[in-house]
Order: sequence, then C-alpha cells, then structure tokens
Amino acid sequence: MKLKEKPTWRELPFACCIPEPGNSVYYKTGDWKTLKPVVDKTKCIKCGTCWIFCPEYAYEEDEYGYFESNLEYCKGCGICARECPAQCITMEEEVVE
Amino acid sequence: MSVTQRPKEAYLNVFAYRMAPREEYFTRGHRACQGCGPALGLRHIMKAAGRDTIVVNATGCMEIISSPYPYTSWAVPWIHVAFENAAAVASGVDAAIEALQRKGKLPRKKINILVIAGDGGTADIGLQALSGMLARGHNVTYICYDNEAYMNTGVQSSSATPFGASTTTTPAGKVSFGAGYWKKNVAAIATAHNVPYVATACPSYPLDLIRKVKRSFELKGPAYIHLFAVCPTGWGSPPELTVRMGRLAVETGIFPLYEVEFGRYRLTIDFPQGLRPVEEYLKNQRRFRHLSPEIVQQIQERVTAEYQRLKTMEKVTQG
Amino acid sequence: MAKRTGIEVSIAIAEAARQADVDVVSAYPITPQTHIVEHLAQLVADGDLDANYITVESEHTAMSACVGASAAGARVFTSTSSQGLALMNEIVYLASSLRTPVVMALANRALSGPISIWNDHSDVMNERDTGWICIFANNGQEAYDLTLMAFRIGEDKRVMLPVMINFDGFILTHVIEPIYMFDDDEIADFIPPYEPVIYLDTDNPITMGPVGVPDIYTEAKKQQEVAIRESRSVIDEVFDEFAGRYGRRYRAVETYKAEDAEIVLLAQGSVIEAAEAAVDVLRDQGKKVGAVELRLWRPFPFDDLREVLCGTSIKQVVVLDRCISFGGPIGPVLSEVRSALYLEKDKPMVVGVVAGLGGRDIHLEEYIEMFRIGEECLRTGKDAGEEPELVKIVGLRE
Ligand SMILES: Cc1ncc(C[n+]2csc(CCOP(=O)(O)OP(=O)(O)O)c2C)c(N)n1
Ligand code: SF4
Ligand code: SF4
Ligand code: SF4
Ligand SMILES: [Mg+2]
Repeated sequence: MKLKEKPTWRELPFACCIPEPGNSVYYKTGDWKTLKPVVDKTKCIKCGTCWIFCPEYAYEEDEYGYFESNLEYCKGCGICARECPAQCITMEEEVVE
Repeated sequence: MSVTQRPKEAYLNVFAYRMAPREEYFTRGHRACQGCGPALGLRHIMKAAGRDTIVVNATGCMEIISSPYPYTSWAVPWIHVAFENAAAVASGVDAAIEALQRKGKLPRKKINILVIAGDGGTADIGLQALSGMLARGHNVTYICYDNEAYMNTGVQSSSATPFGASTTTTPAGKVSFGAGYWKKNVAAIATAHNVPYVATACPSYPLDLIRKVKRSFELKGPAYIHLFAVCPTGWGSPPELTVRMGRLAVETGIFPLYEVEFGRYRLTIDFPQGLRPVEEYLKNQRRFRHLSPEIVQQIQERVTAEYQRLKTMEKVTQG
Repeated sequence: MAKRTGIEVSIAIAEAARQADVDVVSAYPITPQTHIVEHLAQLVADGDLDANYITVESEHTAMSACVGASAAGARVFTSTSSQGLALMNEIVYLASSLRTPVVMALANRALSGPISIWNDHSDVMNERDTGWICIFANNGQEAYDLTLMAFRIGEDKRVMLPVMINFDGFILTHVIEPIYMFDDDEIADFIPPYEPVIYLDTDNPITMGPVGVPDIYTEAKKQQEVAIRESRSVIDEVFDEFAGRYGRRYRAVETYKAEDAEIVLLAQGSVIEAAEAAVDVLRDQGKKVGAVELRLWRPFPFDDLREVLCGTSIKQVVVLDRCISFGGPIGPVLSEVRSALYLEKDKPMVVGVVAGLGGRDIHLEEYIEMFRIGEECLRTGKDAGEEPELVKIVGLRE
C-alpha cells in the first residue's frame, strides 16, 4: 500500500500515523546529486567500508561480494570515495541523456 | 598530516565492517543533507538496537528528515511528541511496558526503548527531563546526537556549541570570536546521576558505536550515549569529509571516545602515540575559520587538560 | 452495590482511578490536587493498585509521560491544577492530536499572578481549544462518577480522546462528602480493559507523530475536530448507561427550576449549588428565576443549550464566568453562550458577570445581585447592560 501524499481527511490514517514501516524507500533521493560514485571493481577489496559509511546505505552487495551504490538513493556526498581504503571509488559527473 | 591523505587506522580491521549487522531499521529515502553525520549515526544505532526497539525522537533534524508525512524512515515503532520531552515520553513508554507485561496484558519480551535527541533537545531545553529520566532509573537508552548547534532552525548556538564556533546566534564579528563559552559536558552530567552506563561515540567508529549501543541495552537501567555527529551544513565542512572529521575530532582529543560502566571509566579508542594538534580538526570548518592562533592555543590547552583528566579518571576508577 | 461513605472528595477521585485499574499514573504535586496523587501513590505502595506511579520532575514531564504511556498501550491517569496545567499546555495539545485517551482530574485553581492557590476556572479556560473532552462536576459524587465515566468515554474506539474532569479546588477537593462508591467488580464490568486503536507495537511498527506537512496538517485537524464532535453521542450513551445501572442521570446541560423561569443564571462547577439556593430564595419572593449548568464544556452542547434557552419562557440569561478574558468579551463562557445563540430567532438576551476569582467566596446576596443585573437588562431591554464591554465583577471592592 502506498500512502497518498494528499489524502482527504477520511483517507488520512488515524491520528495521521504512518502505518507502513520504512516507506521512505519510495522516496528517491538520487536526484540530489551532482557527482556519482563509480567503483573500479578491479581494485575493490570487498571490505564494505563504503557500505558502512554511506549515510543513505545506498551501497548494495552483489552475489560476488562487491558493493555498488544504488544511484536512486545516493546523494553524491563523496564519503565513500574518501573512505575507500583501496581508493577505488571516484566521484564522476552525472551525465543526463 | 593533511586530510587528503588517508589515515592509517582506516586500514586496520577494514574487513570487520562486513560483520556489522546487515539489517537497516533506519531506512533510506530520508531527507538529511548530503554527508549528514547524525543520519549516518542513526543507521549504526538502529543496526545495534534491532527490531524490538521503540524509538522516541525529539524535535530536531533527525525527526524532520525521517518523518515528513506520508514517508517514514523508521522500520520500528517510533513516536515524536515535542522538542524537550523525549526523555519524559520514553519514561512513560517504559513505565507502561513494564506495567503491562507485569499485569499480563503484553507478552513478556525484551523491548529496547531508545531516545534520539539533538544537543539542543538534550543539553538545553530537555536537560531537566533527561535528568528526571536518569534519576528515576528507567530502562531507556538516551542517545544525544551532538551536531553542536540547533541545526533544524538554522544553526543557532546551543550549550553544546564549542568555544569559538561561529553560529547564527554567536556570530563571529569585529569584536567577537564566536561562542565565548566552553561546551557543556552532558556525558559528565549523566555520569553524575550514577547510572549504569554512559558513553561517548562517533559514527566514524561504527563498530565502537554499535558495541556501545548494544552494551547499553544489555545493562538494566538508564544509559546515556553522547554521539559526536558532524554536520556539514551547519559547520561549513565538505560533506565528503564527514567521517574523516569525526575521526579527527577523536584523534585530536576534541571528542574522546570513552565509556563509564558503573562508574569505571575506559577510553575505548586511545592514542598512546599522542594526540594530533587540534588545528588539524578546526581548519576544515567555516565556523572556526576566523579563529586567531591565541584562541586555537586556548582550545588546545583545554583539550589537553580534559584528555589528561579522562586518563586520570580511567586510572583511578579501573584500579 | 454501592455503599454510601463519608470520604474526602480527592480520595474518592483517586479511588475511581484505582477501580478503573489504571496501569500508569504520572503526576506532579500541586495544591489543591495533592491528596489525589498522594492517595494513588499509597495505593500503589500498598499493592492495592497494580500500576506504575512515575514520580516525575514537572507537570510538563507528567503529561509527556502520560502520552508516552498511553501510546504504549496503557490506561493512564493524571491530575493537576492551575500552574501545573499551564506548564503542561504544550503537551495537552499533543495528547489530543495523538489520540491518547489520558484521563485527567483537574482541581480547578486560579492562574498566577499574583499567585493564588484558590479556586476559579482560569486554568481550564486556558486549555479550552486543546481538543480534550471537558466536563464539570459540581460536587464530590459527580467528581467520582464522572472520573469513572471519563475512561469509558475517552477510550471508546469511536472517540479515543483525552478527557478532563473539572472540579473546584478546595471547595470540593478538601471536603468530606457522603459519596456512593461502587463495588470494584461492578466497575470492572462498567469499564472493560483498555484496547488501543494503535500503539507502539514492535510486531507492527507504526510511526506516530510524523511531520504534519502543509499537505496534511489541515486534514489532520479536521479529523480531530470530527472526533471530538462525534464523541457527543458516546458521551450521551455513557451517561445513559450510567443512569440505567446506577440511577444517577447526567446531562450535558442541567437545569434547575428553569421550566417557567424568565431569568436564569448560567454557571459551571460547584457554584451551581449555591446559585440554586439563591433561586429558591428569589422564588419565595415570587420571582421567576432558575439556574442552568453547563456541565459539558467540550464538545460544546449547542443543541442542548438552545433547547433550554430558546423558544422558552427564558428571556434573560446571566452568564457567570469564573475567569476574565482580558480586553476581550468579559469571559469565555459568555462569549461561547452568546455565539451559540447567535443564529436563533427566538432567543433570550445574554449578559455576563464575573465573580469568584482566586477563591473569593460568592455570597447569597451576590447571586441575588446577579439576578438583579439580569432583571435590569430585561427591564431596560439592553441585552448586555449599559456598558456591554465592561467586565462586571460581582463582589469587587470599588
Ligand atoms: C518548545 C520549543 N521551542 C523551540 C522549538 C524550535 N526548535 C525546533 S528544533 C530546534 C533545534 C533543535 O536543535 P537540536 O536539538 O540540536 O537538534 P538538531 O536540529 O541540531 O538536529 C528548535 C529550537 C520547538 N520546536 N519547541
Ligand atoms: S570501500 Fe572500496 S574496496 Fe571496500 S568494498 Fe567499497 S569499493 Fe570495495
Ligand atoms: S556518495 Fe555518499 S550517498 Fe552516494 S554512495 Fe557514496 S557515501 Fe553514499
Ligand atoms: S543540517 Fe546537519 S544535522 Fe541537519 S540534516 Fe543537514 S547535515 Fe544533518
Ligand atoms: Mg543540534
């Protein structure tokens, strides 16, 4: 169930509570960024540092143990690139088609 | 060492981060600024607290960015009532759950009650409620995320604002160097309540933070954790340096990481090789840009003395 | 079975909370509420009430803890007075907007300054628009009965709102009255266990009190307004059930010898009994006078009031306010009664007086003076008297 952003007063849940836990995942913050992280997997040591230090937990681990930022959420802060011990993340400009 | 170089300890135990809990109870899609230290801290805190947690959030950045209707970033039961009363609301939650479980109206299971409040909501307007909660012995962990000012309302000073920082109500000017008072030590105030557990923490040390939150819930009774959390927006620091700056605050002794369990002090991250000069921490922040070498020297002396005092406390109480 | 017992009204109110088997009591001492909370603390200490009594460090915390405890699913009781309620004010609004059905026994007392521990209604009037159900008791029996009913009303799933029971400080709190008290199991039957609509449940996590962005704030307020308006039918149901079970009937608006009266005095709280005595004196003199009690203050009983006052023998109402609306329309009760009648065609004139501030006794002659003011208005045809905006204080030393 996706809650309406503009409900009528009858549709608004009791006491305007939000009955759906963690539904901010529907709210994509990816378009806040000007730079995006790009991981060079050839250098990545799969340590998870990028994952632990991302305030958005944009990083997701794939089946091979690599971490990659989900750009729908990444705000482009650059913490991951700064903290990666293998220095394999670069912040690159977002190219809009 | 310049901040563009990577610190050595970042390489230590680097794979240990993979062992941190994977569950996220503070979910993405929140509206914190890029590189927000408190939001990063919340992620770690919620990993430690886990599913069976009730969060009471004070008004402030973390409440605003996590709950603009219809979106919530909370995957655990959460309540916001007002700015200064999170400790009081949590006291009620604790009393209720205890009574309802005793009376058989709720199944007996361990529920972690967690307060999340800013430094303004803790050191200033909420100090009385916090003191009451600690004194009454509620089973609550109170975490103050300290971004050293009222950020949500536009970077006004709080009593946790550090000496010399320029804020919108302690602006540096022709005749002023910013906040002319020393940061209030709320962890010390909490410790004076003789509660089982008090700690300081920082999201730049996620495993230390996670361990401390877990420990606070293991011990029966109230706990207070003071979380140093870098705010790029309010401090005028580059967002990518959030984690680095937290580390520098610890490495310079500006914000030592320690815990006090039943009165026994322990520095959980220590630097036997010595502290870095405070200047390394101060220099990347717009709020300190105006500081004269004399003021920096005053800060240095104070930090060195405070760190020494902590070391002494550690020695004396560990005995 | 009910036993008639000579008991201090404060103790009876505390006993009502015990009989309701509250889970959490959170309160901060203030005269003249103290005997209520002291007795509750003793009940808990003796194991006669299985509740957690939170010894808070302020009323602000008292109300905050009530909201937290209620949000966690507990039945919650608190009591305060005057400055205590004023200090709670911020959170009083939260209790209603979060729909936490806290029950509060309010020992009415004047607001500072100058500081006064004595009775008037300035404390409750300050909270008029907080979204609480608000009922007045005019004697100890009513205070006990209404405290019991407050749990039924507030916790009804169709309502889920906090309830404030008002009774005059000292005048009621500190007197011993013969009160019919019910057996515990009778009350257990009348007040079933509390079942929250939503609560802080780790198996079903919800977010309570999110940011009310402009897109929903208005809708949230409308929801609250509908809830308190619709609580009226539940209040009547509970009054009816209470009357059926126990034989005492409560009404939103009570009347005394008003059926054929031309002039009535309208008031709230314990003064109504003295006003009735004045009515008797004047009736003996052949005057057609009566008294009207506005028992239910929120939700405001518009229809009941119109039914009593409009299209009847009543030509003049004298409203007694126990509180001044500084620089405004004399007192809050006057302005509400007037506006309730505004659209009516066949309505009486309404004049307002203020009396009994900060514990000042209102003597029989003063009630008679209030009726005289009414008579004067009626005689001159000047609805609100010669100077309509002048705050007419009866019992003032000029
Ligand atoms: C009683 C009251 N006074 C003032 C405010 C306005 N206000 C809201 S949040 C805030 C500052 C919060 O500062 P802090 O606790 O440090 O949290 P931060 O915003 O920095 O995360 C203020 C002053 C309020 N909401 N309530
Ligand atoms: S921090 Fe760098 S090395 Fe470690 S997993 Fe992420 S990308 Fe790979
Ligand atoms: S740039 Fe920031 S938000 Fe984006 S993935 Fe890296 S740490 Fe996360
Ligand atoms: S102002 Fe600071 S604390 Fe608040 S959301 Fe932005 S970065 Fe975080
Ligand atoms: Mg702050």
